[in-house]
Amino acid sequence: MALSTVWVFAEARDGKVLPITLEMLAQARELSDNVEAFHGGDGAAIAAELGAHGVTKVHATGDLGGALLGVPVAAAMAAAIEGGAAPDLIMFGTTYDGRDVAGRLSAKLDRTVITNNVGVSVDGDAIVVVEPVFGGSTNVSTKFSGPGPHLALFRPKSFEPAETGGGAAEVAEAAVPDLGGAGGATVTERHVEEREGPSLDDAAVVVSGGRGLGEAEKYDMIETLAKLLKAAPGASRAIVDAGWVPYSYQVGQTGKVVKPTVYIAAGISGATQHMVGMKGSKNIIAINKDAEAPIFSIADLGIVGDVHKVLPKLIEALEARG
Amino acid sequence: MNVVVCVKQIPDPAEPGQLDPETKTLKRDGKLILDESDSYGVEMALQLVDAAGGGEVTLVSMAPNNEVGGIRTALAMGAAKAILVSDPALAGSDSLGTAKVLAAAIKRAEPDLVLTATESSDGYTGTVPEQVAGLLDLPSVTFAKQISVGDGKVSVQRQTEAGFDDVECPMPAVVSVTAGVVEPRYPSFKGIMAAKSKPVDELTVGDLGLDAGAVGWAGGQQEIVDVSAAEERQAGEIIEDEGEAHLKIVEFLDQLKVL
Repeated sequence: MALSTVWVFAEARDGKVLPITLEMLAQARELSDNVEAFHGGDGAAIAAELGAHGVTKVHATGDLGGALLGVPVAAAMAAAIEGGAAPDLIMFGTTYDGRDVAGRLSAKLDRTVITNNVGVSVDGDAIVVVEPVFGGSTNVSTKFSGPGPHLALFRPKSFEPAETGGGAAEVAEAAVPDLGGAGGATVTERHVEEREGPSLDDAAVVVSGGRGLGEAEKYDMIETLAKLLKAAPGASRAIVDAGWVPYSYQVGQTGKVVKPTVYIAAGISGATQHMVGMKGSKNIIAINKDAEAPIFSIADLGIVGDVHKVLPKLIEALEARG
Repeated sequence: MNVVVCVKQIPDPAEPGQLDPETKTLKRDGKLILDESDSYGVEMALQLVDAAGGGEVTLVSMAPNNEVGGIRTALAMGAAKAILVSDPALAGSDSLGTAKVLAAAIKRAEPDLVLTATESSDGYTGTVPEQVAGLLDLPSVTFAKQISVGDGKVSVQRQTEAGFDDVECPMPAVVSVTAGVVEPRYPSFKGIMAAKSKPVDELTVGDLGLDAGAVGWAGGQQEIVDVSAAEERQAGEIIEDEGEAHLKIVEFLDQLKVL
């Protein structure tokens, strides 16, 4: 049985809809003929792109003046639902704002939220979501019970985006009610950490470094190798937390999920947190001096060796090829 | 300034996790330890109280049994006391059920600031901080990588996809902190000894005035219908580097036509 209405929490940056939103829209259309979007910001700016991905209507709050999205968007969603809107399912991306809005809405509606999903289907009249656990070795399928709307968070790159060629979505105003004591968290300044070369999202090759590099300066080897391979440089959480590279380099559960043609992990042991973000890569090359490192269990080519010896030689060999 | 830190006691992540065949949820009957991701919040709280020149850090935790091993670790770091909500009725709680319990316990401590991790290392739902804030009707900032407090508000550098945002938020507030926010201290011997006599207030669901039907299995709005092994990636060729392994990588990249 198809669902009558599915909402997708739509995120955009600089007037462009984020890939995670487009991915969820494609999946939402598999579940329902009526897919609507809910956006914290200016709906008109993204109505055409959403429409091209099958959205009939976008509920939008309008400009929120720098407020963090969680509180006002959840309040506007709850108000729309109270006013008669009845989505069976609301899909959120596992992003900073997606988690905030879903968590707030969960408390407001007294509905649970199921997180970290990579799949969703309708079984009879029940919605079933699939969450990988233990670093992706086991899949747990969970059915929502009780009344909707049901709330679920989905990991990036779980679905393939697809255009429908539809016209612009209708824009409906979603008023933000009085926020009482919960409002007030406001962004005063945004900082963008520039990065060079192809982005982690769409590079064919990703080269990531981890704690095994030993010190921050050695990350230069990763940058050099990435440049030679026209690859995006990435990092494990350990060296981001240690401040060697900016957060925007992080591959993992909290960070980017990547699925390149080739992923090279240098000096990364393979914590669950990291593997979740890269095990979907088509080919994995791992270099690590510990033969027992978990990363070798998923590597197509594993080199048990010292990154300080292997990487300089690899760089030299690639430079020689020109 | 009084700060509450939510802490979770989890099965040791170094041991392979197992699902209970009956309930299909994570087995938590072995020894539990302090979730490492909570140690950042504890350290941050200690430093903020110190900088404010007074006040104390209270831990809030919940567990289906009266496990205190992980709490003692956080007390040894310097927290003054703990509230542990311990009740068999809590087994099987989902994120919302957990948030209801934590929110009710936090209310008792009347904090100026509530700190949490961004997600636990065993369940990693990452929604509990916002659910707690929502239930307490407090403002919140998630994913803090830096925090300072002054003039009745908390200033946070919040991680974003693109970099970070400076965020200001009135207090009391709930703030979730990343592992990058601060370097946690190791408990000293003196701290460990002192922790043994620090008060741990053990409460039941009933003590908090919560309906047992709203938490645990009874309050869950979900049912696990299937657990199956995911398609495993097979390990490929593993070779020991004897000085020529880089050639193997070049050959592999050549085959994949990415050079």
